[in-house]
Amino acid sequence: MARMNLLVNAKKYEIDVAPETPLLWVLRDTLGLTGTKFGCGMGLCGACTVHLDADAARSCQTPVGSVGAKKITTIEGLSADRSHPLQKAWIAQQVPQCGYCQSGQIMQAAALLIKNPRPTRDEIDQAMSGNICRCGTYQRIRRAIQQAAKEAA
Amino acid sequence: MTDTTTEVGRREFLRIGASTGVALMVGFYLPSKGRAARWQSAQAGPFTPNAWVRITPDNQVTVLVEKPEMGQGQRTTEAMLLAEELDIDFSTIRIEQAPTIPDIYKSLSTGGSGGTRAGWGSVRKAGAQARAMFVMAAAQQWNVDKQECRTENGAVLHAPTGRRFTYGELVEQASKLPEISASTVSLKDTKDFRFIGKPLPRVDTPSKVDGSAGFGIDVRVPNMLYAVIARCPHFGGRLQNFDALGAKEVPGVHAVFPVPPLGFLDICGYGGRNLNTAGGVAVVANSTWAAIQGRKALKLNWNRGSNGNETTDSLRKVLDGQATAPPTFIALDRGNAGKSLDKAAKKIEATYELPFTAHATMEPMNSTVHVRDGEIEIWSPTQWANVIQDEIATLSGLPKNKVIVNMTLSGGSFGRRAQWDYAAEAWQVAREIKKPVQLVWTREDDIQHDFYREYSYHRLLGGLDQQGRIVSWSHRVVSTPIRPVFDSAESLQDPQHSAEVGGADSLPYFSPNIRLDYAPAHSAVPRAWWRSVESSFNAFAVECFIDELAHAAGKDPYEFRVGLLHEDANVPTGEGLDTRKFRSVLQLAAEKAGWGKPLPVGWGRGIACHWSFDSYVAHVAEVSVQKDGAVHVRRVVTAVDCGTAVNPDGVRAMAEGAINFALTPVLGGEITIKDGAAEQSNFHDFQVLRMNQAPDIEVYIMPSTDPPGGMGEPGVPPLAPAVANAIFAATGVRVRRLPIDSRLLKNLPAS
Repeated sequence: MARMNLLVNAKKYEIDVAPETPLLWVLRDTLGLTGTKFGCGMGLCGACTVHLDADAARSCQTPVGSVGAKKITTIEGLSADRSHPLQKAWIAQQVPQCGYCQSGQIMQAAALLIKNPRPTRDEIDQAMSGNICRCGTYQRIRRAIQQAAKEAA
Repeated sequence: MTDTTTEVGRREFLRIGASTGVALMVGFYLPSKGRAARWQSAQAGPFTPNAWVRITPDNQVTVLVEKPEMGQGQRTTEAMLLAEELDIDFSTIRIEQAPTIPDIYKSLSTGGSGGTRAGWGSVRKAGAQARAMFVMAAAQQWNVDKQECRTENGAVLHAPTGRRFTYGELVEQASKLPEISASTVSLKDTKDFRFIGKPLPRVDTPSKVDGSAGFGIDVRVPNMLYAVIARCPHFGGRLQNFDALGAKEVPGVHAVFPVPPLGFLDICGYGGRNLNTAGGVAVVANSTWAAIQGRKALKLNWNRGSNGNETTDSLRKVLDGQATAPPTFIALDRGNAGKSLDKAAKKIEATYELPFTAHATMEPMNSTVHVRDGEIEIWSPTQWANVIQDEIATLSGLPKNKVIVNMTLSGGSFGRRAQWDYAAEAWQVAREIKKPVQLVWTREDDIQHDFYREYSYHRLLGGLDQQGRIVSWSHRVVSTPIRPVFDSAESLQDPQHSAEVGGADSLPYFSPNIRLDYAPAHSAVPRAWWRSVESSFNAFAVECFIDELAHAAGKDPYEFRVGLLHEDANVPTGEGLDTRKFRSVLQLAAEKAGWGKPLPVGWGRGIACHWSFDSYVAHVAEVSVQKDGAVHVRRVVTAVDCGTAVNPDGVRAMAEGAINFALTPVLGGEITIKDGAAEQSNFHDFQVLRMNQAPDIEVYIMPSTDPPGGMGEPGVPPLAPAVANAIFAATGVRVRRLPIDSRLLKNLPAS
């Protein structure tokens, strides 16, 4: 166990956990932020995607002890009120079905748009293919990212 | 699908409430996010005309949806049906999951794409009944004839005098009224629909884009613990012994103990159901991670049991043998398929094989259970809340009204959460702990201990005459059937009970001689209903074989199909299949896909059509095949006839989702067996469809005012054969086994 500070969604948390604990479980079980999801535990499905500073990270593969002073943003912190262009596009395109993968999808897409505000269709596919959706909303995710990119331009 | 219409009016609702021991007066309150249902009396509280709707004096309408929401849009559809007949502003309604009281809510389960079909009568009547009571209340207040009153968007109007009451203003008066029976109320005509038929946005979408939607695995209650179970990887194997020392030393671990496997339970009739839990060793900890780490530190010895030699190869031999062995069940036997085949001008034979595949829902299995003195509370994603209640009551010996089941959102299901194993396991753990315990399955648990789609093997023999018409059609279906996994020995005595011929028995293409029969293959691998069930494999066989017959007849696959549709509208082999509708969706898909137009070199188009769960779906798939044999599904054009499309965007979403879902076992998604265990364990070796493999999709919905058909599953069956047929068009090679083996497609000359 080790005491450490985490900055999550602009809020400081003091926690006492083993540093090798994946950030995913610290978020979900220690801090009660359940918007970030568990899907595979091996970094293969993307459901656990959060931002560390401006980068997407698979929180199931991120030991909490490695985060340090980086700003953690989870789906809960993407906006206060669903006003992020991706969230608006996700609603306009009626993307989610079961919804379980969507936090990770949105966070991955948000990181893409930070780095590449005008992605091509192939660039979207490449960036997003680490995120699995078993309900099959891929076509709508593509359209929503394209819509958000256009509207943010 | 049987009509579960039942009217539970207010009086009945109160009576049942009283008999279940619940203190229920005029209204009831069900908080969201999975906390315990609290029942409170209300003096001047909400008006509850029936179990599906509650209106408060501030004109707030809350719709209680019975059925589970697992991504199929059920909440929105049910709300639309109720709002339509109640006549309110859809954008202002609130949705709650109905509590699990089976005496009141008869339709708490979903499966077989039945949600909208079930609600088409019952939920609409509930809305109409509530509206009728408001009209009566207003008419009484105004002392006018209720025929002079009409409703408009949450208010009752009296046109002659221009007076108006909102429903909220009528709550107190309506609460005093005698019952209006739902059977006396009439439903709206299609022409008057305001919501039905419109692509209204889903009610749960906002919560699914900001992380606030709570799934079963997100349930958090005070003092809860987390658990995982170590299960024998070999199916049917058992725990021999274990050493918990290392596990108990992991920080955060509270307890380690064995859980026995669960077998037959006297629920559901048919002589009971086999719960089929593997049993194993439970590790309980103060966090999910600690439980997982604790399990890693266990030393476990398993007894492989008698199935340790089962492999995919050994199973294939059994299936192959059963393809020519005597059948256990003959489903169709018209004319003489054997003799007519002998005399046919052309004979075609093909064998198709579809292996096990997993459900792999994004949210793994989980249930949270709290065993308290004299009552048990469960929070679980499930397709069958009432059966979980029944199961836990039976296991614990408590009466059902002491088993509170809170149905959560489900992170996908596809039939997996129609099993009750994981809830029973959670109870087994929770009863040792007496604090709330959330049992979680890791992805490895999920892939290795799924109830897979059954392995199937199909032998088809077809005969054509000189004109290229079918004179003989024989289909032997062999599978590792589902029923023996769950059902009692008595119910299994009738071989028809296990015969998985659905989707093959409703053959729309005419042949004077037809034979359809079945033979089972024994396997220890657990199986259960996977999205579209038997149609998912039988449609592959039928729609691939009809394509092969078309080729043998020298005919275009689309024209061949249309030309063979029975002249009688209704197919004698499939009760309810209307060949006119089948033809229409085929035509629409072909037209919209530009069937017959040229494609680039290395590309091909394939078509397939299937009727299931009262709906008709045709897909035209366009694929490209590379020199290295890699297949890209570029585009799928789909035509759907699902009767009334209650929410057309929902219908589209189900078609798109089904296409993507069905594509996984075509391109990958195989479960292979070795040593009586699944060889795959996570998404690195159980490969599912990803965005860069997802085709462009266009969906066209046939206009219809017929009652709705299902839409959760019907998009699945025709997808795999459309792709296989497209590959043939591109390469001249028949894909008869899934997943596609690209080695068979390498270096082919362009067709």
